[in-house]
Amino acid sequence: MIDSSKSEVNMSQRKSKFRLSPPLTALIVAFILFLLSGLLPNGFNTWQTAVNQGLNILRLASFIAIIGAGQTLVIISGSEGIDLSAGSVVTVGALMTYMFINGNNSLILPILLLVLVMGASVGLINGLGITYLKISPFVMTLGMAGVVQGALILWTKGYYDGEVAPIMTNIIARDLIFGIPGMIFVWIIIGIAITLLLTRTRFGKHLFAIGVNRQTARLSGVNVNAMVVLTYVLAGAMAAFSGFLLVGYTQNAGPNLGNQYLFPSIVSVAIGGTQMSGGKGTYFGTIAGAIVIQLITSLLTTMQLPQALQQIIFGSLLLGILVIYGREKSLRM
Amino acid sequence: MRKVKKFNLSSWWKRINVKYSIGLSLILLVLSTLIYLVIQPAILRPGTLSRLMTSNFRTWLPVILVTIGQAIVLLGGGLDLSNGSIVSVGNVILALTVITPEEPWKNLLIVLAVIAFGAFAGLINGFFTAYLGLQPVIITFATSFVFSGLALLLLPTPGGAIPREYTDVYRNTDLLGLPISLILIAIFVLIWAFIRKRRYGRFLYAVGGSPSSAYTTGVPVTWMKISTYIISGLLASFAAIAYSLLTGSGFSGSGEDMTLASVTGAVLGGVSMSGGAGSVIGSVFGGIILGNIRNIISTLRLDSWWRTLVNALVIVVALAGPGLVNLIRRNK
Repeated sequence: MIDSSKSEVNMSQRKSKFRLSPPLTALIVAFILFLLSGLLPNGFNTWQTAVNQGLNILRLASFIAIIGAGQTLVIISGSEGIDLSAGSVVTVGALMTYMFINGNNSLILPILLLVLVMGASVGLINGLGITYLKISPFVMTLGMAGVVQGALILWTKGYYDGEVAPIMTNIIARDLIFGIPGMIFVWIIIGIAITLLLTRTRFGKHLFAIGVNRQTARLSGVNVNAMVVLTYVLAGAMAAFSGFLLVGYTQNAGPNLGNQYLFPSIVSVAIGGTQMSGGKGTYFGTIAGAIVIQLITSLLTTMQLPQALQQIIFGSLLLGILVIYGREKSLRM
Repeated sequence: MRKVKKFNLSSWWKRINVKYSIGLSLILLVLSTLIYLVIQPAILRPGTLSRLMTSNFRTWLPVILVTIGQAIVLLGGGLDLSNGSIVSVGNVILALTVITPEEPWKNLLIVLAVIAFGAFAGLINGFFTAYLGLQPVIITFATSFVFSGLALLLLPTPGGAIPREYTDVYRNTDLLGLPISLILIAIFVLIWAFIRKRRYGRFLYAVGGSPSSAYTTGVPVTWMKISTYIISGLLASFAAIAYSLLTGSGFSGSGEDMTLASVTGAVLGGVSMSGGAGSVIGSVFGGIILGNIRNIISTLRLDSWWRTLVNALVIVVALAGPGLVNLIRRNK
């Protein structure tokens, strides 16, 4: 039982030869869902509408996936890692961009830096609380979500006025080349960066090590506390960056902009086959998961189901995925 | 003579800390209550104290109930992040269906249905976490989404009403000079004190402390864990009833803040997040401390833009408290 995580890794490696990996399954499901959505009354009837609809779904999925990038990192880091402050951080990042840039192209870079620092500091507090004060990640980040939201209310005093810079609109919201939105290129760059970070760097190697077993990681010379703090800092910065991108797309910001992306981002990580207990996962999976989530959302929206029902469906979906992928460490030996 | 007394006091203090781990929360409880009373205007006028007690305890009862439930789940080594949304569902059902007390048996059935829902919701949590062996954090987070979606589906906009005849009973009944809400808390604490001494209590601490050794000594670990979630669900449904009687109306987000408050209250009360250590009476203290702090903040008449931030900071600092104490102790 003690070395279950190790044998599990071996087992899953062996198994993957015989069965589809979670990300691939997710992509196939996504494709089927996409075809299904074409069968709806107001679905696509020509190639052009199909391509447009596909691109649109990819664009919407990109926001879930970029918030999910930070979430993937903290979940891989193990010990019930999760970042529930991401939603509030996205909102604050978006509002800072919106209100401070105020339509001024020359302010984009300094404000982007400020936004990243904001996200990183929230992540730093999360990380310090989790490592040194031993607060469970869920509770710590949920508490910080409240603090960030409170700071937001105090800062804006309910008054949201600003404008997105024209360059941001051009890059993020409009089509860049061949009718493909710029956001998708941003997403591809982030996707490659995160994947390289996870697979090719020492950080990635150590991240999986602390996710599998912190004790053994510590004994083999990994500075576990520093790794955990750094992971939450990265996640915070990623969430803030998502806010920056999101407001470039929506062109408008309000006090609840980010919260609606929090749960989907976590579900997308789970769909992508990243183990919720840590130590195993890919960013490619999260990307596939985000596309599935966005397709389901679009399907439910075209079917005009109420928001509440979507919530129930996503909750049940997460439960189902956890049962399928996540069974492990049961006490009944 | 004096020496003996001092010895007794310190051993009493040690006992409280070791057995119930409520030393810190006891200090905080006394301190926060004193501060709250001192800053109250007209505290010395006769009747003020009992009025404050009635109005405070009826407001705190829902949170204290979910905190007790959370404490029991935490003692068993789990975590219930869906208790707040169970409160929401209960509140919505009650607000939509309870009618004027002409047909009391009908209302009784509704209340029983709400309680049954709480137990069922707890059973679902227990099934996924204990029986299937999945992580409580993420499972109860997922179920909380399902439950709060259900509440929102049933009652998209705030509304519904509980008849005055019922709300008045809850709001203004005094027994032996004590508000009914305080008496209910005392009853729950006494029931638990009784259970704690039985087999169930011993098993619970064993399961939370070390599930594998509890398993090898023949404790039905899975069932024990499932039962804690059912208890938490039941207490959440009681909280829903109390909340509905308190506000007299329905709101799909009524329990939203209670989840984090229940965890914070339990932690403030000395319940360990890793299971097997702490006490239910401590969690009640934790709930009261949280209520006191909220009251102090509102009595100070802070600028309303500050309120969310200060409340959230209090929660984070409260969660950080035990960790900070440990950190300082270790460095000494």
